[in-house]
Amino acid sequence: MSVVEVVGLTVVRGGTTVIDGLDLAIGPGVTGLLGPSGCGKSTLLRSIVGVQRVAAGAVTVLGEPAGSAPLRDRVGYQTQSSSVYDDLTVLENLRFFARVLALPRAAAEDALASVDLTGHRDAVVGRLSGGQRSRVGLAVALLGSPALLVLDEPTVGLDPVLRRDLWALFHRIAEAGTAVLVSSHVMDEAERCDALLLMREGAIIAHGTPAEIKAAQGVADVESAFLALVERRESA
Amino acid sequence: MTLRVTLAIAVRVLTQLRRDHRTLAMLLVLPCLLQALLWWIFQDQPLVFDRIGPALLAIFPFFVMFLVTSITTLRERSGGTLERLFTMPMGRLDFLVGYALAFGAIAAVQAALAAGVAIGLLDLDLRGPDALLLLVGVADAVLGTALGLFVSAFARTEFQAVQFLPAVVVPQILLCGLIVPRERLPEVLEAVASLLPLTWAVDAMEHLATTTRTGEVWRDVGIVVTFAVAALALGAATLRRRTD
Repeated sequence: MSVVEVVGLTVVRGGTTVIDGLDLAIGPGVTGLLGPSGCGKSTLLRSIVGVQRVAAGAVTVLGEPAGSAPLRDRVGYQTQSSSVYDDLTVLENLRFFARVLALPRAAAEDALASVDLTGHRDAVVGRLSGGQRSRVGLAVALLGSPALLVLDEPTVGLDPVLRRDLWALFHRIAEAGTAVLVSSHVMDEAERCDALLLMREGAIIAHGTPAEIKAAQGVADVESAFLALVERRESA
Repeated sequence: MTLRVTLAIAVRVLTQLRRDHRTLAMLLVLPCLLQALLWWIFQDQPLVFDRIGPALLAIFPFFVMFLVTSITTLRERSGGTLERLFTMPMGRLDFLVGYALAFGAIAAVQAALAAGVAIGLLDLDLRGPDALLLLVGVADAVLGTALGLFVSAFARTEFQAVQFLPAVVVPQILLCGLIVPRERLPEVLEAVASLLPLTWAVDAMEHLATTTRTGEVWRDVGIVVTFAVAALALGAATLRRRTD
């Protein structure tokens, strides 16, 4: 069964059609949404969590309309910025969002442990490194073990070791039963996903496992597959 | 609206303020210092201080709450935290009322300090009941908070948000009766002044200063609260779960 179903999604921003009649189904596991900056990744993710104004179409998450009340404690979301309060400590941030979600106090500590930040619980977020801030944002998204986790470019600008650790964390979360949807503009992160969505100019140009996408184009890596797909579309 | 979420937001805003010593000083100490400065300026003309002192007790909370709220809510909009909250079980009113509660509480402390300094140290002569003075101060600060929340929707950067200060707040200060009593303004300006909320807040303080009767004060508080509720409703209209 698919976790997210998108039918005929159309988004118009400032008079320009950013996404035009998109159909899509996303299943469990770690799904990577890959494409260049400005291709509409954030707009699609915002539509899935229900904060994007859409012109037409339907987005269904876990059987409910995207953004509807029953989903508000079942979908974890992190925007491109880490979306936490810089002037609060790590623990204060988590306790605040846990209270909004009606979770017990222990939920904050659990989320911190899962991103390995327990040692920084009393640090003010504004004084942390970029990678640590991003993990605080991720911890907030993990509060209450959501059924779907939507992360907008969580690994951008991070050190390779930290990126590897984060992807390992995404897989652990997925194994525990949470569907994870992660966007990135870095093609070399593709191999780390169970399923891939390649996006360009508001359209999904390929959808499958990394192996399927590479095999269909007869190439050795996802970046070459992306190029082959774009060239084929442009010559058609 | 959920009480749990509203209170969570109010407590969170207060925690942020507690850590921000500079803003806290601006909210609590600066009004007292400015008042003392004014008292000093008019040291040889105590009657002038008695006339404008009460007006200042109304202007300070409005001014600083407007400034602080418009910037903090703009940060919520641009920093992604508001968007995150909207994917959670938070209603628009939780957000607005949470902010109003937090700044209302700060305003009560501010009003008590400013009035304490004005009456206790600077010999400002007030006839009306102290509790009512506190109430006017809080209503006034909530008005500033509500207007600040509303205008933050029309700014993209903190620089743009600050620009609303000369555009929205300064005209009200000029017309509220601080410089020229409202009755002595040109007819058109007097009519304009009576449409501006700060005028009624100042009017309340002036009644408190000059008479022990409280009827007009309650009427003025009613007008200020009505403006604040209207501004909160407008603010709610600018807070959308779904945006472009």
